[in-house]
Amino acid sequence: MTTKITGKKHFDLYAMTWRLPIIIWQGMFFVGPIIFMIAMSFFLVQNYRMTEAFEFVNWEKMFSRGYFWDSYWHTVWIASLSTICAMCLAFPAAYALAFRASENTRRMAIFLLIIPFFSSYLVRTFSWFVILAESGVVNAALGWIGLGPFTMLNTTFGTLVGYMTLTLPLVVILQTLAMASVDKTLVEAAHNLGCKPFETIWRVIIPLAKTGLIIAAVFCFILSFGDFVAPFYLGGSQDPTLPILIIDTTKSGQQWPRAAVVAIMMMVTLFAVAFTGIALAYRKRSSS
Amino acid sequence: MNKTRLLDGSLRIYTVLIFAFIFAPILFSVIFSFNSQRFPTIPLGEFSTEWYVKILNDPDIWEAALNSLIVSTCTAVLATFLGFCTAYSDYRYRFWLKGPYLALILLPPTIPLIIMALAMLAWLSKIGMSGQLYSVIIAHTVLTAPFAMAVIRLRLSHMDENLEAAAWNLGGSEWTTMRHVIVPFCKPAIISALCLTAAVSFDEFAVSWFVSGLNKTLPVAILEIVQGNIDPTVNAIGTFVFLISMTLIIVAQIFLVGRQIKGTE
Repeated sequence: MTTKITGKKHFDLYAMTWRLPIIIWQGMFFVGPIIFMIAMSFFLVQNYRMTEAFEFVNWEKMFSRGYFWDSYWHTVWIASLSTICAMCLAFPAAYALAFRASENTRRMAIFLLIIPFFSSYLVRTFSWFVILAESGVVNAALGWIGLGPFTMLNTTFGTLVGYMTLTLPLVVILQTLAMASVDKTLVEAAHNLGCKPFETIWRVIIPLAKTGLIIAAVFCFILSFGDFVAPFYLGGSQDPTLPILIIDTTKSGQQWPRAAVVAIMMMVTLFAVAFTGIALAYRKRSSS
Repeated sequence: MNKTRLLDGSLRIYTVLIFAFIFAPILFSVIFSFNSQRFPTIPLGEFSTEWYVKILNDPDIWEAALNSLIVSTCTAVLATFLGFCTAYSDYRYRFWLKGPYLALILLPPTIPLIIMALAMLAWLSKIGMSGQLYSVIIAHTVLTAPFAMAVIRLRLSHMDENLEAAAWNLGGSEWTTMRHVIVPFCKPAIISALCLTAAVSFDEFAVSWFVSGLNKTLPVAILEIVQGNIDPTVNAIGTFVFLISMTLIIVAQIFLVGRQIKGTE
């Protein structure tokens, strides 16, 4: 077995050659930055220069500002809305791919869904910007059937279209994988026992695929929560989300410590969401 | 029976619509890049390569493209090397604190890019390494190493555990076994990891925007054009970037899937 090989004495050069590089690299360039950012939230900014200190000024400033909390709850709300939309929109498609499609179709579909991850999200957003514009493709098409024009940019709808562009491919993939791993015989058994299709979905498939579905929702929330492109370009940033707040305070204000406070608040929120999600996903089902 | 068929049919149409929504922006971006209108709508304008000519004559874009090429190549090599080391350590050894060790490499993709961008900018400025092209390479390596690790680890899990032991019994040292058995076995995954990490790095804009200073990469150039106003050259650059990324992904896929099937025979 693999374990007994490791039983060498003091320093195993061979083992360490493979083990150490990532520890050194991520220590320097991943753990370092994160810890420094947390420390930075206690620094002071005087005369546009950052000085190292341990003061709670930035935290007090941010927490006492109305705009920070407005932005915070707005971001939580819009990311939740995005998660609900993505989960609902993706579900029928994922269901079809998991239960109605052949193995080959499913594999092909998942390969297709990977493509968007490797196409520029910025370019896709810009594309929506042009498509959804007042004189864009969608309004021109609607004009032919006598509707519109509708204002779709700089609205919550626009922001959501952007979020869906970002999250839908991943959510469809994760939901499909979650449901494809459900034991088909249980679904058939439910069907044979006279369970209606919708009831089967609700009472058999969703509980069985629960873990994967919750993971999909958590990822969707993380992606939406941290994205600045959709709310900025398609939502018009009239209510700045937290990522936009970070950019504004870093790029124009030189207030890095305050941006760090926002970033830490985002991380704390995401950890809370992720842990709640995982706890829910692996909780034993009550016998109801 | 009829009802089920109706349901099946509508499910199929729905799925196609979802895919249409996902691919619409990519498709339209390619169409718009060959369209003469500045504000594209339907009916479309004439076929035109005007935007491509414009970017070909723009030295800024050339410089950004060169920067992107350097960044993604270096990132791919570094990230794949680190990914390989970690994947092999995970495959071969059990050790104290292995959980946190794996978390160290796998965590970065779960942290929003904008937070990574701020943390990287602050830290790299602190140690005097920000605003350079290598700053972007460093940041991208942290972000993409997990993907390399996952791809190579997957390949290693298909390796017969006795293969390594057999090589030792035949007198090979650990180092020669690594060179003549493990690396060749992982070769398809290594190529695949190189392509994947290069593709991810080639498209990343948030962290690059923060740490690159004046050394714009292509996605940062796109970001700056988009911030100005509607400029269809973005579609032309986007189409070009898309072609490169797709080539990388398809090569990665061929090596990953093609060899996997062969390997399991």
